[in-house]
Order: sequence, then structure tokens, then C-alpha cells
Amino acid sequence: MGVFPFLVVAWILAVGLYGIVTSRHLVHLIVCLIVLQSSTYVLLLGVGYRAGAAAPYFSDIPRRTPAVDPVVQALALTDVVVEAAVTALLLALAVQAYKRFGTLDPQELVQLKG
Amino acid sequence: MKPRQRLWLFLVAVAGLTSFYLWGLVGLPGFGHYPGPYGDIINRIAVGQTNATGVVSAVNFEYRGIDTLGEEFILFAAATGVAIVLRHLRGEREHQPTEAASPDARQDSPAVRQLSLLLTGPMLVLGWNLASHAQTSPSGGFQGGVVLASSFVLIYLAGQLLTLRRLSPVDVTDAVEAAGAAGFVAIGIAGVAMGLPYLTNFLGLGTMPGAVSSSGTIALISFFVGIEVAAAFLLIVSELLDQTLLVRQETS
Amino acid sequence: MNQLAALTVAVPLIVAAAIAAAGPLLRGRRRILDAAAIVTGAAVAVMLAVLTASTAHGDTVYWFAGFRPAHGVALGVDFAAGPLSSGLATLAAVLVTASMTFSWRYFERVGTYYHALMLLFLAGMAGFCLTGDIFDLFVWFELMGVAAYALTAYRPEERGPIQGALNFAITNSIGAYLSLSGIAVIYGRTGALNMAQIGADIARRKPDGLVLVAFLFIITGLLVKGAIVPFHLWLADAHAVAPTPVCVLFSGVMVELGLYGVSRVYWSVFGTALGHRAIITAIFVTLGLVTAVTGALFCFRERHLKRLLAFSTISHAGIFLTGIGLLTPLGLAGTAVYVAGHALVKAALFLCTGIVLHRLGSVDETRLHGRARHLRVTGVIFTVAALGLADLPPLATFAGKSFLEASIGSRGLGWITAVLLLCTILVGGAVLRVAGGVFFGLGDPPAEEQQMAREAAEETSETVQGRTRTPRTMIVPAAVLTAAAIAVGVLPRLGSTVQTAAVRFQDQAAYNVAVLAGRRIAHPAGIFPAQAAVISHADLASGIGSVAGALLLAFAALYWRRLPVLRRGFEPGAGLTSLSKAFQSGVVTDYVTWIVVGTACLGAALALGIG
Repeated sequence: MGVFPFLVVAWILAVGLYGIVTSRHLVHLIVCLIVLQSSTYVLLLGVGYRAGAAAPYFSDIPRRTPAVDPVVQALALTDVVVEAAVTALLLALAVQAYKRFGTLDPQELVQLKG
Repeated sequence: MKPRQRLWLFLVAVAGLTSFYLWGLVGLPGFGHYPGPYGDIINRIAVGQTNATGVVSAVNFEYRGIDTLGEEFILFAAATGVAIVLRHLRGEREHQPTEAASPDARQDSPAVRQLSLLLTGPMLVLGWNLASHAQTSPSGGFQGGVVLASSFVLIYLAGQLLTLRRLSPVDVTDAVEAAGAAGFVAIGIAGVAMGLPYLTNFLGLGTMPGAVSSSGTIALISFFVGIEVAAAFLLIVSELLDQTLLVRQETS
Repeated sequence: MNQLAALTVAVPLIVAAAIAAAGPLLRGRRRILDAAAIVTGAAVAVMLAVLTASTAHGDTVYWFAGFRPAHGVALGVDFAAGPLSSGLATLAAVLVTASMTFSWRYFERVGTYYHALMLLFLAGMAGFCLTGDIFDLFVWFELMGVAAYALTAYRPEERGPIQGALNFAITNSIGAYLSLSGIAVIYGRTGALNMAQIGADIARRKPDGLVLVAFLFIITGLLVKGAIVPFHLWLADAHAVAPTPVCVLFSGVMVELGLYGVSRVYWSVFGTALGHRAIITAIFVTLGLVTAVTGALFCFRERHLKRLLAFSTISHAGIFLTGIGLLTPLGLAGTAVYVAGHALVKAALFLCTGIVLHRLGSVDETRLHGRARHLRVTGVIFTVAALGLADLPPLATFAGKSFLEASIGSRGLGWITAVLLLCTILVGGAVLRVAGGVFFGLGDPPAEEQQMAREAAEETSETVQGRTRTPRTMIVPAAVLTAAAIAVGVLPRLGSTVQTAAVRFQDQAAYNVAVLAGRRIAHPAGIFPAQAAVISHADLASGIGSVAGALLLAFAALYWRRLPVLRRGFEPGAGLTSLSKAFQSGVVTDYVTWIVVGTACLGAALALGIG
């Protein structure tokens, strides 16, 4: 169990990148980007976990109870919300791309090159 | 590059990258054996120092408040970006939404619409509860704001697109979002005006840890973050929903 | 005095939010928006300049929310500013002010979002330079990035900005997520996010796979932003379509901030652990030189003015990375001075390009041939800035290059100087060719390319054309920036002052003590010794030589058709064109593939060299 979650992290990263590189649809590409982000969240939260410990909320448990790392949870939660908004920006660009290019295939979205 | 060339180049590269990554990851302490010290020290002192029993929120809004401020403004910038990219599109065709352009009553399921209508109120309450209890429970401005924005989306799902647009005119949503963001920055500046470092918790910490009115600026910052996040997501969703309106108008 | 560090970030943020909040009220009153943005930019520049001056005798360390470290463990987030970091932030603020002044008359129609986003961009840049916490670095990096994506897509009614913004956003987001993964990995080992604390912790043992992975992933995001080959492919696409005042910031500071990030992460965190080995120099110098040459070659074959300048930025980014890679204080000092000089002249070049676009409605060199003869002042400024790009003495670019070459010589790598000279000649020659052809009508009009004509036609909607006089708010910033490049270059004891700052930047032990214990070490000392930072006659000869070479090349490029031996069937740069189309294909999936390839190769190099 010790290293398995981190294997998952590397796998998700690889799969996300694979999805992006072989994508034929911009929305699919953006969702693969989300998958890539998830690998980061799994890593952050996995790094802070302590076996058998409680959540770091001490309203109804004694203050000295061993708890997991609150810092990575704080980082992950703000990141999730923020990256959702950034994804929204990318999706808005995709909407415009469809309007302007008539297609969402990344291979065809070429106005600038060389 | 031709797709096959790209695929092969990528597969070789990602195999190398993944093995390199794994080589590093196996050096981590095993899963479940967090070594500290940052998290442990915070867990020990946070409740005493801030009177907030929700330590994650204490980290977000107090110990690492400046990070959260930056993240909030990233959200602000992204919502602004969505507005730039999509609003222009809407401005091309000056049209007013009409009843005819609303989601077709016959096509949508009455169950969805009625359930959405019923849930709107509870969602609003839930969102508000989350946004105002950052210091005690697993909640806070970010989570509460997203739930608040979702409650507005429920209005759309209930088939009341026009109501949604009336309740959240773009200008007002813009202004509320910006006010939320400005509020967070201002709390820090207020601290500076008092000669304290930026974002110091200068409000009274309350008498009891875990009470709703405790933890000083944590609750206040969470409130501002809540309205900013709610407004930002509402803005994003409205802009995207307007696109469906345009499409329906074209196809009808 | 201390509070300035926080205010430099808080002020632009709150003004941006205030502008956005008052949006409906300000709709008809654009001048208020412009004025607010310019005043804020100038105020932040002044604050940062004062902050830079205050760091003269020791880094300013500012702990947010009053949480000071206890027993070497940091609880909160800090800003740890030295002269180099706050100096770079000042440069960013100056460029933002110049851009906003230029925008006064440049945009036909602009909403509140533009000003708000530019101020958010400024806040992100300032925070990025000043911070001493690695996650905070990521946060400001993302803020810079998202504001930049939104600004690139500022005219979404055209195809180019959409494609440019998408390529920019997707590639840089992947870089950012890799950086965040690296941060998580090193946090897993050290349990710390403060740079000094992490550095102290990992220095205790030999670096293992984990440290190398963390290092590589963190700097990958920064190298993508810093437009280093093979992570650079997004830059030309973004520059071609972003509004000209925004390009000023992209080329002038944003790319350089990525490289500053690499330097900061190395010197404040990983340096001691990695041991300053020769392999590090080898990797950075190789990357830098490949980037410099690639950028220079592609720059020379471009006809689209903004893309030409974009490729020249890529070339200079490679030179900067080479300077950083030398690991010597004089190398870093030379790079810092070169960055300043380059930022000023590149900004002036972009502003002049904007003026040309404003008056003549095109950025295609072939269509503009001889048409800007009446823009005399612009022509003079453009030419002086172009000469500055070719390292004309006594501009700051020349000074920085000289220090850089001195440091190269001291490491015994003289052949690098020859490569850098070639790059400078190519880039300078390209820009001087533009100056000669467009502003002075020299040479023969080149054949027009279809692709360029279409792209150039799309550019016109950015600004109003046909005015009879160039507005002062557009000329004056360009002139001031060029004059500043000269002024910085002639500052007395420039080299020794910046080198002292570089030595402090490179002393990780002194940094740790300053941040974690709040004390100051009297005499910081780096790994490599400081050298005499003076400009010799040989340097002058080299500078004049590169300018002469660039001028010769420019004339050759303008008049080559007159040489009978070359006339038949000679298509200069044909091979390069097909290479360019293959790599700079515009397809984002290709760009991402190259990022993965680059990261994998760097990983292999690090693993073999150190692991």
C-alpha cells in the first residue's frame, strides 16, 4: 500500500498527456487537461495522509488527536476551484474556436503557422 | 507532424518521463506516513492561536492568507477572461431573449424542473451555511461560493432562464464579484493601516473556539471569498448558458 | 518601509477590483480608467524602486500576517526581496506603466477588463519576483499566466487570437501542473513550502531521484514560460495575435520572469543540494545555446514584425539561460543587466511596431516597404533600439553582454562567445533590415507571401488607422524606454553593483539565515568568485563588431537580389521554411508532444549526470 497511490499519480499524468496528444476534439483535450490536474491533487493529498489519523477539524474531537496534514488540503481545495475557472476560460475559447473555425479538431485549428 | 509520427514520439517520451517520475516518487515516505513538520505544528497551535477549530480554513485564510488572495484573483482573472471571450460574441447580434427562446417546456422533464425548483431554496441555505462556517467545519468561502452559484444554476434547470437573467444581471454580478475580491484585499490593507503586517488577524478572536463568531478575520475573509466565488461562477455559467440561448434562437 | 513589499501586490489588486466593480459607471469615461491604470502602474514602480534601494544592505524579509518562523520552521508565507528580485519587479512595473500610457490612444474601443487584467498581470509579476515561498511562487505564476491568456484573447472575433490564446493556455497550463507536481513531491520529502527551509533540509543529504524529479518538474513550468527550446513553440503564436501593448510585457518581462524563476529556484532551494556540478552548467548552457540559435534563425526569416520580434525574444531568452547556467556571479550580473537593456529596447521596438500598425494598418514587412518614411521620429527610435538589440555600446544590452562574455571567458568556454555573437548578428540584422526597409525605404521590395497578407489584414482591427500625426502618448514611452536603455548602460560602477547583488542572490546559506533566523551575514560569498566587472577594449571591439556585422547582414538582406550570381532560383531560407512549418505548426498537440519530449530528455540528463 505504501507506494501504490503514487503509482496512480504517475499513471494519471501519463494518461492525461496521452489524451491531450492524441485528441481530435478540443473539449476532449480540455477534459484531459483536467485529468492531468487530478494527478496533482492525488499527489498533494496522498503526500499529506497519515494512517489512522482524524480530519483536522477539532470541534468535536480532543485537540491533541493526531490529524492529517491540513496544509495540503488547504492547497488542494483552493486549487480545485481556481482550476475549474481556468477550465471555463479554455472552454469559452473552444466555443469561440468553433464559431471561427467551424471545427474543434486541434489539427484543423490552424490560422497561424510557420 | 503526422499523427503516427507524433504518437510514436510521444509514447517513447512519456515512457521515459513516467519512469523518471516513478524513480522520484518511490523516494517519498510511504503513503500514510506523513513526516511533518508543517502540518503537525499547525495542527498543534492553530486552535489556540486563532480560535478556529477548522484548521484547514485557518491555514487558508490566516497562515497562508496571501496564497488564498492570489488564488482568488486567479479566479477573478479567469471569470474576466470568460466574459471577454464570450460577451463579444453575444454583442455581435443585438437581441433580446424572448419566451420563445426559453428551453422548450415540452422537451424538458417536468421532474427535473420541479425538483430543481424545490432544491433552489435549500441549496441557497446550504451555500450560505458553508460560506459562513469556515472556522468550525469543513467548509469555507470557496466551497460555499460554488454551492451558492449552483443554486442559481438550479433556477435555470427549473426552466426559468429569464428569471435567472433578471436575478443576476451581468453588471450587478460583475460588481459583486469585484467587491468580494476588493474586500479581501481591503482587510489586509486595514491591517497595514494599523501598522501590522498585511493580512494579520486584527479582529477579536471571540471567547470560545469553534463558535460562529470566533476567529476574527477568518470568518470575514471567508464571507468575502464566498460572494466573490459565487459571483464568478455565476458569471461564467451565465455566459455559457447565453450561448445555448443563441444556438436555440438560431435553430428555432 | 517594510510594508511596501506587501503593498506592491495589494495596490494593483485592489485597484483592479475597484475598476471592475465600478465598470458600469465608468463605461463612458474611458480616460478615468486609463489614468487610474497609469497612476497605479507608476505608483507600484516607485514603491518597488524604493524597495530595491532598501535592500542595498540586506534582503528585506516580510512575513505575512505576522507569523515569523520558529526554530527554523516557517509557519506563514514570506516575501524575501533582494536587489535583483525587486529590481526585476521594478522593471516589470515600468513596462506596465509604459504600456498603459501607450494604450491611451492606441485602442479604438476598450472595456474595463483590459485595464483590470493588466493590473492583475502586474500584481502577479510583482508577487512572483518578491516571494520566498515556493507555493506562493506558483500562485503568482498562475495569476500572471491566466491574466496573460485572457489578454491574448482580447479580440476573440478573429481566428488568430483564439488559436494563439488556446496554444498559450494549454501549453503553459501543462507546465504549471508539472511545476505543482514538483512542489508536492518536495513537500512530501521536507514537509515545508518555504524556499529557505526546503533548501536547508535537502542540502543535508546527497540528492536522490526525488530531489531531481522535484527540481526538473518545478523548472519545467518555468522553462515553458521562459520560451526555451523545445518548450518555446507557443510564444510566436501568442505574440502574433496579442495586442501590441500586451506583447511589450510578454517579451519584455514575462519570458524573463520564467528564467528568473529558474534561477531563483536553483539558487534559493536546490543549488546546494545539487552541488553546482558541471552537468548543471552543461544542461543549461546547451539548452540556452540551442534556443539562442533557433530563435535567431527563425527571427531572420520572419516577415511578420511581431513574430519577428517574438523569435528574437526566444533567442535572447536562450542567451539569458546561458548566462544563468554559467553559475558565476558575473554571469548572473551580466544576464541581469542584459535583461534590463533587452526589456527596454524590445519594449521600444514593440511600441514602434504598434505606431506603425496604428498609422499604416499593417505589420507585414513586405507590404510596409518604404511606407513609413514619413514616420521620422518613430524611425529614429526604432533604429536606435534595433542597434541596441545588436549590442551597440554604450547601451545596457552591450554592458550586459560584455559582463556575460567576461564570465564565459573566465570559465574557459570561449567558443560560446562566438555562438552568441552569431545570434546577436542574426537578430540585429533582422531588426535592422526592418528598420532600413520600412522606415528608410532601402533595398528592393520583397515578394509578398499569401499567408502573411492574410494575417496582416487581421491585425488592422486592433487599432484605428489613418491619423495624420502619431499621438504623443505613443511616441513618448518608446523614446523614454530607449533613452533609459542608454542611461542604464552608462551608469557608473554598474557591473560591480549588480555583481555584488548577484553574489548575495547566490549565497544560499546567507539567504537561509536571513529568512529563517532574521539575521544578516556581513559578507556573503558565492560558490564562484566575483571578478572585475569592467568593460575592456576587447569588449568594445566585440560590441562594435556585432553591430557592424548586423548592419552588413541587414544590407545584404535588403539588396541581395542585385547580386547576379544569386538571382536565379535562389530562395534564401527555403530549408528553414520547411523546418519552421514542421515545428511551428500551430497544432497544439504537437507543442505538447515537444514539451513531453523535452522534459523526458532533461530528466534523462539529470538522472545520468547526478543520479
